[in-house]
Amino acid sequence: MEIDADAPHSMGTTIIGVTYNGGVVLGADSRTSTGVYVANRASDKITQLTDNVYVCRSGSAADSQIVSDYVRYFLHQHTIQLGQPATVKVAANLVRLLAYNNKNMLQTGLIVGGWDKYEGGKIYGIPLGGTIIEQPFAIGGSGSSYLYGFFDQAWKEGMTKDEAEQLVVKAVSLAIARDGASGGVVRTVIINSEGVTRNFYPGDKLPLWYEELEPQFSLLDIPSSPGPEPMNI
Amino acid sequence: MSKAEIDFPPKGGFSFDLCKRNEMLIKKGVQPPSYRKTGTTIVGLIFQYCGFHSTFLEMLIGCLTKNFKEGGKTEDGVILGADTRATAGTIVCDKNCEKIHYMAPNIYCCGAGTAANTEAVTDMVSSQLQLHRYHTGCESRVITALMLLKSPLFNYQGYVQAALVLGGVDVTGPHLHTIYPHGLTDTLPFATMGSGSLAAMTVFESKYREGLTRDEGIQLVTEAICSGIFNDLGSGSNVDVCVITKGHKDYLRNHLLPNPRSYISPKGFLFPKKTGIDKFFGY
Repeated sequence: MEIDADAPHSMGTTIIGVTYNGGVVLGADSRTSTGVYVANRASDKITQLTDNVYVCRSGSAADSQIVSDYVRYFLHQHTIQLGQPATVKVAANLVRLLAYNNKNMLQTGLIVGGWDKYEGGKIYGIPLGGTIIEQPFAIGGSGSSYLYGFFDQAWKEGMTKDEAEQLVVKAVSLAIARDGASGGVVRTVIINSEGVTRNFYPGDKLPLWYEELEPQFSLLDIPSSPGPEPMNI
Repeated sequence: MSKAEIDFPPKGGFSFDLCKRNEMLIKKGVQPPSYRKTGTTIVGLIFQYCGFHSTFLEMLIGCLTKNFKEGGKTEDGVILGADTRATAGTIVCDKNCEKIHYMAPNIYCCGAGTAANTEAVTDMVSSQLQLHRYHTGCESRVITALMLLKSPLFNYQGYVQAALVLGGVDVTGPHLHTIYPHGLTDTLPFATMGSGSLAAMTVFESKYREGLTRDEGIQLVTEAICSGIFNDLGSGSNVDVCVITKGHKDYLRNHLLPNPRSYISPKGFLFPKKTGIDKFFGY
């Protein structure tokens, strides 16, 4: 198959945002693809907008980066003018305004999640087209198709922080197992009144699902002392 | 005042009129001219070597056997590499072009894609960076160059075919970024771009590790570019390397020449004096 390196980069992705008792957990995979080539296998799709609000990006990688850059800039100005941290609702609405007013030119689905002192932990989904919808949990990206049934069964109100994070990691790893456009590592961001915690789950720490095999002769086992002799030219 | 002239300010953004004209011409059967494209291999990597000794005895031995500077030294920086072939269609039009472009004294940028686009975009941004340096009085930062490069590429929606590997060392440390024609940027410890990127990435994925020294880094970059040169038709000729460390850079033009011309006359070529070249041995 021809590798078209000029194809626009899409983050065929899995992104998830989940509220729990006291905050939110955002999760994403780490694969950015150009056609069939994986351009970046360790990308960070959870981008910071303010200290307490983060956004998960999916769809066209360039479009989502630019939208989050603009929103970060507007939110910074808004925070200075307001004199206190911006609320998640404001951040989500700024994203929605950009996405809706430029809907003909943008192709990006976003999940905005964060914590503020008025409403607590909130998740807002902003899919293609620019609608805004406040949800207790949101999923997006190409891998999310495989998770609708899983969440219907597994999500419950009032989880603890660890339960929520485990749910997110399990869900992203299930999507990675079935969606070719998702892969790499699982990144999570936990936002609550205490602050922000970033976690990272490499491939070998994820559970194995149906028909998946244990790693054998994995490169991760090779001791990381001086590698093989460089080629003599 | 003439009533017929109403000046509207030009609407921002790219004007696609000529693109439509080109499409119409192609439909009528006119062959578009082939442009010079650097089907390329460009790579970059960050090396961070911490050479401090863990025990007092080692430190003592280190101080006795080497000079004082080498004990406890931390060396980090960015190494950029590129091949030197520029193609126009299937013809190699430049066998020794320069793909590592100057952006700032501490920032360099390799360019793949259409040669005119990479030259123009890097030239433009290097001027903007210089003006910014005059305004602020400080050394340029790599993320400044990144944003200045990303914005026009995004605004032109990928029509400016320039894929770049941007690397440099500023007050915040060594940085390496890739910039794609649509405006996407990635920040990575090692990166490859261009038609030979897959060949070069195989070398990096198998041999890159954290804690490379400067010489190991140069060796690895050279190997990756050679892999692109020998396995990709769009890349060839020589290897250029640029090493940037804090306060210092080494532009190793033609660091390696693995493709010597094998049939030149041993006496060289003599040109008449007016051409300005005395003896030409080819490359």
